[in-house]
Amino acid sequence: MRFLFKTDYDDDIRLLPHSGYVFSYGTLLVLLLIAPYVLSSYLMSQLVFVCIYATVGVALLILTGFTGQASLGHAAFLAIGAYTATYLQQFGVPFVVYFLAAGLFAGIVGAIVGFPALRLQGIYLVIATISFAFIVEEILARWESVTHGNEGMRVKTLQLFGAAVPRDSPAFFFLCLAVLILTIVGTLNLLRSPTGRAFVAIRDSETAARSMGINVSLYKVKSFAISAGITGLAGCLFAHKLSFISPEMFTLQLSIEFIIVILIGGTFSLHGAVLGAIFIVMIDPFLTYLKDDVPGMIGSLATAFSMGSERAGHIQDSVAAFASANGLKGAIYGVIIVLFVLFEPLGLYGRWLKIKLFFQLFPLYKRATFKRQKLYVKSERNR
Amino acid sequence: MLDFVQQVVSGIALGCVYGLIALGFVLVYKATEVVNFAQGDLMMLGGFFAFTFIGILGLNYWIGFACAVAAMAAFGMLAERLVVRPILGYPQFSIIMATIGLGYFLRSVAGMIWGTDDFKIETPFSQGVLRIGALVLAYDKLSVIAATVILCAVLYLFFNKTTLGTAMRASSENMLAAYYMGIPVKRVVSIVWAISAAVATCAGILLAPITFIHSNVGLVLGLKAFPAAVLGGFGSIPGAVVGGVLIGVIESMAGFYLPEGWKDVAPYIVLLLVLLLKPEGLFGLAARKKV
Repeated sequence: MRFLFKTDYDDDIRLLPHSGYVFSYGTLLVLLLIAPYVLSSYLMSQLVFVCIYATVGVALLILTGFTGQASLGHAAFLAIGAYTATYLQQFGVPFVVYFLAAGLFAGIVGAIVGFPALRLQGIYLVIATISFAFIVEEILARWESVTHGNEGMRVKTLQLFGAAVPRDSPAFFFLCLAVLILTIVGTLNLLRSPTGRAFVAIRDSETAARSMGINVSLYKVKSFAISAGITGLAGCLFAHKLSFISPEMFTLQLSIEFIIVILIGGTFSLHGAVLGAIFIVMIDPFLTYLKDDVPGMIGSLATAFSMGSERAGHIQDSVAAFASANGLKGAIYGVIIVLFVLFEPLGLYGRWLKIKLFFQLFPLYKRATFKRQKLYVKSERNR
Repeated sequence: MLDFVQQVVSGIALGCVYGLIALGFVLVYKATEVVNFAQGDLMMLGGFFAFTFIGILGLNYWIGFACAVAAMAAFGMLAERLVVRPILGYPQFSIIMATIGLGYFLRSVAGMIWGTDDFKIETPFSQGVLRIGALVLAYDKLSVIAATVILCAVLYLFFNKTTLGTAMRASSENMLAAYYMGIPVKRVVSIVWAISAAVATCAGILLAPITFIHSNVGLVLGLKAFPAAVLGGFGSIPGAVVGGVLIGVIESMAGFYLPEGWKDVAPYIVLLLVLLLKPEGLFGLAARKKV
């Protein structure tokens, strides 16, 4: 185990505390840079979605993970970003401009939503954000002169500095990756600045934060605006990736998926957003695999255990029927969410930290290090 | 004028449905301070249970009704034991997520078992209308209104007059203190979940002739019942019903007088306005934490 000797505050807030970080993140970056030339086009497309979801995850982490304000309306910010970008693109506005405009406009809407949210707590805030998302969805469906209503809008190919960047090209992946990395670095910087510290203080105790002289309202609105802005940027990329947008893509379902991203990844660290995004996006290929390959595998297993070929065929058919059942994806989602909340509240990144600590402290690891505190006493109603 | 009255009455009937679902939310919230996002799905499941008992097994309507309510009460206890009890006492957000997960699971499983078609239950109220002057009221809607009023009154009395009801309110305020006072908090929570699942089942069965039963009905109606519960101030039983009726009337008015599209968003716009002016809802208790 490495012990870092810190002599001043700058040592404490350094983004890369020691050479190990440079090595591991450098390796990751190199692997990602060669990925488009190695992986199949399907996997690359999924990787682009991982980048977009992770960007939204980081945005949601700023709001939910670090400021403690739950939101089930982030699909609406994504939609605002996507529609702003697509609308401006029609008039031949260059990418850089409408990309930033998407973020800016979503950020402004986020700030506007943030104001009424100031007085709301817990469940009321969740409901308010859901309501907001419904209203946005309905506006998108009805404001036909701008959004073309339920017909949806085509998104033209991205033009960057005079060159076309098709949505399945390596260049588009690099663009999404760059946005993700810039977002992460920016967020890390934000979190070690006074603003980020104020966010965390508000999450831990609003009353304590206020008595320390933090302007709680101002920072909550800031947090909403920043989070919505980043989501808007991701929305622009999302629109380009799908090349077609319509209101029914941005439903509550999507907002819930974003929450699942940070819930599964872990809500206390930015690693969580990326891990969660990988998990959510890779569920689809996994289900396809389950549908295509697993029944045959089980069938041959049954044959190997000398069950008779007729019975083995029967088992194979029933497994295939189960794996291709309509609602399987929803059921798996549900079970995963419940299991994570019950058994792994710190998420995938928390699991990684536990495993790491286990080996670092071997054989002195104790479970209680990561134990959650139960609060039977505090009623959130009276907070 | 007659149009107006007719719209109000059908709005009230619709609102009572929302109110019935909202009652379930409020019950669980009142007793455990848990917000159950799967309430609509419990309702859907209750409807399917009743369909199985009445439509498939061919039981008498009332016997099937009772069987479905009993089965769902047991299911509510089971869900509480498996999903909610282990995380009781953790931040509200994790519990919300767990119930969202439960909802996903129930929806898909119901879809897998019963398929994705619409189902209908034959009830004694399915046919016939009541005429008062020129006003026409269908019996199925009247049955919803009557059931809502009865359930609301019974639950209100239960919470305010009985020992068990007081125990539930106490454990909501402060679980640890309630436990020290000799209240079996875990059992109380179990019972609350059973009651709320039973209320949801009543809603599901009464709704069956109006909206039919399909695996997504819980999500659609649950999301409408939420504003109802919040509007009334989460935690007030009459508030839930009043909120539900308000939402129902607003929705049917907006559908009748405003251009298309307003019907679905009007309840949410009203909700946001109410939350802006009165963050605790209409009947909520405004309490501030003392430091």
